[in-house]
Amino acid sequence: MIPELGHFAVILALGVALLQAFVPLLGWRRRDARLLSFAGSAAQGQFLCVVAAYACLTYAFVTKDFSVAYVAENDHTQLPLIYRITAVWGAHEGSLLLWVTILSGWTLAVSVFNRRLPLDMSALVLSVLGMISTGFYLFILLTSNPFTRLVPAPAEGHDLNPILQDPGLAIHPPMLYMGYVGFSVAFSFAIAALITGRLDAAWARWTRPWTTTAWMFLTMGITLGSWWAYKELGWGGWWFWDPVENASFMPWLAGTALIHSLAVTEKRGLLKSWTVLLAILAFSLSLLGTFLVRSGVLVSVHAFASDPTRGTFMLGFMAVVVGGALTLYAWRAPKLVTTGELRLFSREGLLLFNNVFLVAACAAVLLGTLYPLALDALGLGKISVGPPYFNAVFLPMIAPLFLLVGLAAVVPWKRGDWRETAQRLKWPAAIAIVLAVLLPFALHGRTTLLAATGALFGSWAIFAAAQDVWRRVRAKPDLRSGVSAVPRAVWGMTLAHIGLGIWALGVSGVISFGDEKDVRLSRGAEAELGGYNFRFEEAGNQTGPNYTAQQATVTVERNGKFIATLHPQKRLFPSQGTVLTQSSIDASLMRDLYVSLGEGYDDGSWSLRVYYKPMIRMIWLGGVFMFFGGLLAASDKRYRLARAAERRADEVAAAAVA
Amino acid sequence: MRYAIPLVVLIALIGLFVFGLQRDPRLVPSPLIGKAAPAFDLPTLDGTPPRMTQADLEGAPVLVNFFASWCAGCQEEHPYLMQLTQNSQVKLLGIDYKDAESDLRPWLGRKGNPYGQILTDLEGRAGIDWGVYGVPETFVLNSRGTIIYKQIGPMTPDVWEHEIQPLLKAAS
Repeated sequence: MIPELGHFAVILALGVALLQAFVPLLGWRRRDARLLSFAGSAAQGQFLCVVAAYACLTYAFVTKDFSVAYVAENDHTQLPLIYRITAVWGAHEGSLLLWVTILSGWTLAVSVFNRRLPLDMSALVLSVLGMISTGFYLFILLTSNPFTRLVPAPAEGHDLNPILQDPGLAIHPPMLYMGYVGFSVAFSFAIAALITGRLDAAWARWTRPWTTTAWMFLTMGITLGSWWAYKELGWGGWWFWDPVENASFMPWLAGTALIHSLAVTEKRGLLKSWTVLLAILAFSLSLLGTFLVRSGVLVSVHAFASDPTRGTFMLGFMAVVVGGALTLYAWRAPKLVTTGELRLFSREGLLLFNNVFLVAACAAVLLGTLYPLALDALGLGKISVGPPYFNAVFLPMIAPLFLLVGLAAVVPWKRGDWRETAQRLKWPAAIAIVLAVLLPFALHGRTTLLAATGALFGSWAIFAAAQDVWRRVRAKPDLRSGVSAVPRAVWGMTLAHIGLGIWALGVSGVISFGDEKDVRLSRGAEAELGGYNFRFEEAGNQTGPNYTAQQATVTVERNGKFIATLHPQKRLFPSQGTVLTQSSIDASLMRDLYVSLGEGYDDGSWSLRVYYKPMIRMIWLGGVFMFFGGLLAASDKRYRLARAAERRADEVAAAAVA
Repeated sequence: MRYAIPLVVLIALIGLFVFGLQRDPRLVPSPLIGKAAPAFDLPTLDGTPPRMTQADLEGAPVLVNFFASWCAGCQEEHPYLMQLTQNSQVKLLGIDYKDAESDLRPWLGRKGNPYGQILTDLEGRAGIDWGVYGVPETFVLNSRGTIIYKQIGPMTPDVWEHEIQPLLKAAS
């Protein structure tokens, strides 16, 4: 009964989404305020329907209702409760339902927070969001219904893929989807601007917090994904340039470019059509990512079940949404005239460079991802493109961004002054050069070109960003008033740029000084790596809630001093007959010690893989800084002040009418 | 005009994806197709004749099946190979890949021997020359010793009827 209710709720949501898409359009043609304001009610109604559907599916998982095919495939009687809840998005059908639920949540937020927008703009934004929702509901109902019954119901479920039974995965996909889907709001704003022809500073100010919020979730989603892959896949790597990773990284690069070009459009009224194009691109790349992941056109280590009808639907949907948007763009964008000139040595000029490099990097990732497919299409053979291509092409393209990031924050709008810029940046530059020389020696006792470059770029980004805040704080008489005088938007930008610097330190550190070793150890034997001694103590058996494990005990010492005891495991999940390596990590800010368990031998010895990963935590710490930077920037007072002022004006008007 | 460039790029990409949807990216064609079988010189399991080379494959079409007693996919295809050699005239040559004779003999004893002749490739040298990356793999050779087809993974009735038989018919 409950699954049928869920199915019905999805159908109902589709109906409401259709109304939300087309009634406001009609209202816009007829200039009818009642039809326009229907959009908000529809958005709220649609949200109720889809949440009900999502709750029904969750209920089916929690109560282990194996008469539902999707539940039978991804649930198990012995699965702990928390994973029964997260298993809802453990495979394709449920992921889509989560996706569309989040889309509806964003739509609801737009309908609530956009009351201060002109009614026609707000209604058009909701209409576009309604069209996107419609597509996804059709996708679910026509190709991927999670509520389909299975007759007869099996006695036992097939279980959630063991690799997904991890807390990191519990939050990784929702975060990622929050980001992907969040770009649909910026996309809808862009379409509304193209339709109405109104693209001004106010438009950019409305769009900015939405874009920043989506970007911040995407940043967190990618960071969590990287961390999860590192500890769960047992290869000790944090980024693999796999098509599925690239699929999430491309919208991130376009979104980052969009955040910066929106700033230019708001402050200077420049780059209007470019900003609109980026807003379209960021969401299009999110859709492209969904298509690449779900259709199976590329080979990926992520073994998603792929299905040609789903791929065909997704491609058709993408063609309609993106094709429609770009056609509108080709037709209307020439009318978005830009007034004012752009000097290269000014903040807007430097931000334009930032955009060029980010978009070029994004294009390079796209090229590498699709190259095997393109060659195959041209009949030139089958190849795969791996990390060497991406590292060789991507790194040089983002290197200039590090120089820009320090510079752009201190160069004023309109016109920069070389002398003043040099004055303000001389200390960050000096510190960065000194640290580039000293830091690798201080931390690792030796240096490499990459480590020195990473330390240079990283500390330059950090100190150049910090000096801006430092200067603002110092301008006030005491620290407290100084700190509170800095707007949240500036704190946000500074934190995000510091995050970028920390990331660079981490990446260059782990690539330059990381080490790994495959060893076969008998009881009591030791292996040395990175100055640490790993002693294999024993191996035994363990039992988990839904698995049995072989577990080794490894003691780590340094110069005879105890550091940690590690317990790497090999887990056997009998429900799927899968064996999974559970690595064991002793983590600290400056280094990770990572052990994963290989094969056991008859003589009682085991093969182990040990890693020494210096500074790898900084890679994710950088992502966390960017997340909080985005949070601060999106919650800046000036977005709320404008709203409060307009609310007061509304109240005055209401009082006058009464 | 330049505002239409993104649309043109999109149309090109969609064309690419339409093509991509009709392909299986995991399918890797063997570069050996259309070429002569790589040279080898391997001992036979039963010792008569003591050794065989690629020259011994010429004269009639033959299936060359790389297999091993330790391989799960080979167990899977084994009953079908038995059926195939009983019901048709095709010659089946087995190359036992990285396998010990002491493991192979009981395996054949238990499950039956579909092979006209078995060669042992203990160190996997022939496997490397033939571009084998996982057993079972089956190569189809025409009567001149040219490779005309390669099956990766277990042999199935579907592959035999729809891929290999038409090729053999066309070749003869």
